[in-house]
Amino acid sequence: MPETKAKDVLIDPIFRNNPIALQVLGICSALAVTTKVETSVAMALSVVFVLGCSNAAVSLIRNFIPTNIRIIVQMTIIASLVIVVDQMLQAFAFDASKQMSVFVGLIITNCIVMGRAEAFAMKNPPLISALDGIGNAIGYSVILIVVGFVRELFGSGAIWGYQVFPLSTEGGWYVANGLLLLPPSAFFIIGLFIWVLRTFKPEQVEQEG
Amino acid sequence: MDEHLKIFMASIFAENLALAFFLGMCTFLAVSKTVKTALGLGVAVIVIMTITIPANNLIYQYLLKKGALAWINPSWGGIDLTFLSLISFIGVIAAMVQILEMTLDRFFPPLYNALGIFLPLITVNCAILGGSLFMQERDYNFSESCVFGFGSGVGWALAIAALAGIREKMRYSDVPDGLKGLGITFMTVGLMALAFMSFGGM
Amino acid sequence: MKRDSTAQTLLVATLLCVVCSVIVASAAVGLRHFQLENKQLDQKKNVLIAAGLIEEGRAVSQQEMDRLFSEKIHRVLIDLKTGKVVDSSVIDVENYDQREAASDPARSQSIEPAADLARIKRREKYAFVYEVVGAGGSVDQLVLPIYGKGLWSTLYGFLALASDGNTVRGITFYEHGETAGLGAEVENPKWRAIWPGKQVFDESGDIRLEVLKGHVSPTSPDVKYEVDGISGATITSKGVSQLIRYWLGPDAFGPFLEQFHQQQDQGADA
Repeated sequence: MPETKAKDVLIDPIFRNNPIALQVLGICSALAVTTKVETSVAMALSVVFVLGCSNAAVSLIRNFIPTNIRIIVQMTIIASLVIVVDQMLQAFAFDASKQMSVFVGLIITNCIVMGRAEAFAMKNPPLISALDGIGNAIGYSVILIVVGFVRELFGSGAIWGYQVFPLSTEGGWYVANGLLLLPPSAFFIIGLFIWVLRTFKPEQVEQEG
Repeated sequence: MDEHLKIFMASIFAENLALAFFLGMCTFLAVSKTVKTALGLGVAVIVIMTITIPANNLIYQYLLKKGALAWINPSWGGIDLTFLSLISFIGVIAAMVQILEMTLDRFFPPLYNALGIFLPLITVNCAILGGSLFMQERDYNFSESCVFGFGSGVGWALAIAALAGIREKMRYSDVPDGLKGLGITFMTVGLMALAFMSFGGM
Repeated sequence: MKRDSTAQTLLVATLLCVVCSVIVASAAVGLRHFQLENKQLDQKKNVLIAAGLIEEGRAVSQQEMDRLFSEKIHRVLIDLKTGKVVDSSVIDVENYDQREAASDPARSQSIEPAADLARIKRREKYAFVYEVVGAGGSVDQLVLPIYGKGLWSTLYGFLALASDGNTVRGITFYEHGETAGLGAEVENPKWRAIWPGKQVFDESGDIRLEVLKGHVSPTSPDVKYEVDGISGATITSKGVSQLIRYWLGPDAFGPFLEQFHQQQDQGADA
């Protein structure tokens, strides 16, 4: 049943086995860019690209990589892909790259990318590895975009730069909550997101504190 | 001197890499279950950051920055290799971690036994690479980057040790089922980040 | 050949390096042209926005921007010390990169700590001034490049002054690393809309323009010199005040502005 497997590999990480909510991977580099939906989406797309390609590339040469240098080989592949993404953003999405600054580079150390290369791509053929990469990256993107959505909507009353709630400072009724634009709010939102996810999927609840 | 002190204090408190920029979170959340392991990892991070950030600073200043190659040959003054900074920095970090691991193993076995398992984790710690990238973006000079490297390491270690302390105590708290473990940890980190922000005096 | 043999290790490592470096280098070299163009376009756009020649938020095509820029804007390079225009006999004006010059010891000078209000430590010797040409070929506005430290990062922007060299026409910031939603509000069009009409100098020639902490009281006698602070970003707001104070002051554009005033006065007399 190769078909169902491909589908599972792609869909599973989005809700059932979400890399952020369940495996605590890869939140590091991303949360500082989630103050706006726009930058969240740019970040998400970059991660999808890097993760898909790196998984495919690692899997393609998995039988040739000597075990003792495999980490550095994976890292070189990932780093090259990230540089390519960074250069492309600077060339074609200038505004987004200005806002993301160093955080594009930090995709290299995004634990999801390394984690999937090591855990999946080293053992599976290229196509399915690419799908696994894309699936995990989408699972990651979902959280990124949800956080970006909440932070932009309540923090500045806008979505994708368009004003949704008229702000009180400009004569409207909505008093923007500045807290949501500050770093700590991202932690609260992810914490709540995990809570919601686990209420619907009780089997994911951790037993020990 | 004044400037150095400012960078040092800012990198520990107001601009704490873990709490203000979310860097090094994966390890941060995974290893913060007990204070003892957290401290071990913290020390390892301090050491690596104090070495790699100045090392990367030298590489950036003398090899990669636009015009940096002029000291070898003036006609190379226009070469801009900034796009290679990512890959060089990560290479330096991976190599430093490896060297440190071997040195400790050879000369300080007790320390190696204490820190050993954390060292490989550090290569993929975003805080280390992030520190180097911030150094590049803010264009620190060599002495500033030494201070920044050490300060950031201390800041990160402080944050992880504090979180581990809180998590140890939290074992006795009655947390709602869905929030147990990861969820409540995120909330705690959020509150800690708020507390650290007050150091910024904003 | 065994997978873990030394030969295999070296072979894989070498091949990988070659392949990766080709990919990375070709991406970097192939895209550099676009990146430079983006940067220049972004600067042009910000000069035009500061001068109020294009509207905020409206998509403007590159051709239109280039046309406006070549029709309306006259770029001159100024020696900051003397305030005089520098021509190509001194330095290659066309290819002068002001940002690069600021960190090049040969083309910049360090600033006395006491005078360094913008906290930038060094500044370039020569700076561009963008003169906006009005009807009849007279200078209608001056757009000056300004920069200085905010909270985390250096803010880069442009300040447009009317032909009296005193009234603000507009301000933009095109590059900074401030906190989104707080310090990054320096980019907010609504905040920047407060600026036009404010005065920089008082009668005695002192720089009075200032970003306050909190709101400007409408009854304040100094209302024409005061701008509302950005809420939650006191240090960034203060940084903006200071960098304007530095760049319009005697250490930077001061000499140039003084001569500009004299010229304008003579023009008015004639």
